[in-house]
Amino acid sequence: MIVADPKPFGQVKGYIENFEKILIVGCGTCTTVCLAGGKAEVQMLASGLRIAFGRENRSKTILEDNVQRQCDEEFILPVLARVADEKIDAIVTLACGVGVNFFADRLGKVPIFPGVNTTFYGASVEPGLWAEMCAGCGDCITAHTGGICPVARCSKHLLNGPCGGSEKGRCEVDPANIDCVWQLIYDRLKALGRLEELQDLLPAKDWRTASDGGVRRTIRENLYKLK
Amino acid sequence: MSDKNLMMSGSNLERVLKAGHFAVTCECGPPKGADLEYLQTKIDLIRGCVDAANVTDNQTAVVRMSSIAASAILVRNGIEPVMQMVTRDRNRIAAQSDLFGAYALGIRNMLCLTGDHQTFGNHPMAKNVFDLDSIQLLDVVRTIRDLGALNNGDQVQGGIKMFLGAAANPFADPFEFRVIRLAKKIRAGADFIQTQCIYDMDRFREFMRMACDMGLDKQCFILAGLTPLKSAGMAAYMNRNVAGITIPDTIIQRIRGVAKGQQGEEGIRLLLEQIQEVREIPGIAGVHIMAIEWEEKVREITERAGLLPRPQI
Repeated sequence: MIVADPKPFGQVKGYIENFEKILIVGCGTCTTVCLAGGKAEVQMLASGLRIAFGRENRSKTILEDNVQRQCDEEFILPVLARVADEKIDAIVTLACGVGVNFFADRLGKVPIFPGVNTTFYGASVEPGLWAEMCAGCGDCITAHTGGICPVARCSKHLLNGPCGGSEKGRCEVDPANIDCVWQLIYDRLKALGRLEELQDLLPAKDWRTASDGGVRRTIRENLYKLK
Repeated sequence: MSDKNLMMSGSNLERVLKAGHFAVTCECGPPKGADLEYLQTKIDLIRGCVDAANVTDNQTAVVRMSSIAASAILVRNGIEPVMQMVTRDRNRIAAQSDLFGAYALGIRNMLCLTGDHQTFGNHPMAKNVFDLDSIQLLDVVRTIRDLGALNNGDQVQGGIKMFLGAAANPFADPFEFRVIRLAKKIRAGADFIQTQCIYDMDRFREFMRMACDMGLDKQCFILAGLTPLKSAGMAAYMNRNVAGITIPDTIIQRIRGVAKGQQGEEGIRLLLEQIQEVREIPGIAGVHIMAIEWEEKVREITERAGLLPRPQI
């Protein structure tokens, strides 16, 4: 999933200081699962804002909405209609950055603000803990590394083995919290009986498939032509 | 894989090693600014003591004068540099461009590194590059040197000669992978290796035994990295805070066992013993003395170790 963290309350409040009628929109997919932008978080943020502005004796209308996915047009069309019908002044979205952009492209003169900080593609490792697993580089090399990604999980994105900062399975950048991914890869390939593959040189990676090749898009021609 | 009989750049370091001498290199860290006098002082301190001096590239990710510029200043002053280049701060476009500039300025030795992560330095908020890792940088430079081709296959205008080095850390984990990584660096183009500073001599001997079993000592020159300990405090600090460096308790106790004012001298005595020890390890072709901010001791160390005068070839 795409993992996100709620933005500091004061920051979100600051974004909407000068608007009267504000709609907070949650997303029912990734940010719901990582407990940053689902229905519950929308309710909490909305209540918090009402209380905070109330204490300042300022009346604002804080409305709530939730859609299944903010990255598909069919799901956000009803929200766009509501914004127009109810004359909403500004939107705060608790979706990842994709939701912010997707809305912004369609909102005309109504401003939108992010309510979360989008962090990474990760997995829920244990309750309350998410960890980065993929960097979306566009050219997956994990066939060579036992299914474990050094592009995402090595602090230096090393492709040919651990640097000198690997100690007791931990990464020197933050030993308490980061595994040395090359230790994980080593252990995994050893368990798979494929240790000799670590002798292969992985040549300089072609980063064009990552964002370094310019803004990316994917076209599935069989579907795209139908349109 | 490097051919020990072919001259790669004809640098002094390469000639010394290929003539079979026990080589000596040291470190010469550039100033944290454009302070030429600071660099000049260091140059004067090491003159005549070493076959070449490593010029670090923003080591520990702390901003300093560029290693290319400082290396060129060493060349101008008659000291041969080993220009260090890290991939942390430059992509393959900058790395190749800097290589040409370095060669044009008379630099003939280069150490290819990934570099310390920027979180350890004075700009932890910086964006890093890591377009290449150190092994890929070796491969890129070797391809330019030997095939006259850039990483994209374009032909290079005019050739370059460079004696290519890499680092090895026998003390990081996983231990069994360390020799595999060394072999990869040699295959990618390393002509010489300078190791991380050695304190655990038993582990280093084991590493060298594994390297020699694979014949790696026949394919490149391995220089043992050594750092004199100024004090017990420094030893304890390095042991605790520098990943990939383990200082055995016996060493820390030994330094701690002498009076504060004498600890530096004890550190140098220990270093002299270490130099003798590594000289006896099969496959070791020289020493790389990293006297961190202690360049004034390089002459004394090399003198007392019987490494002077340096061979003139």
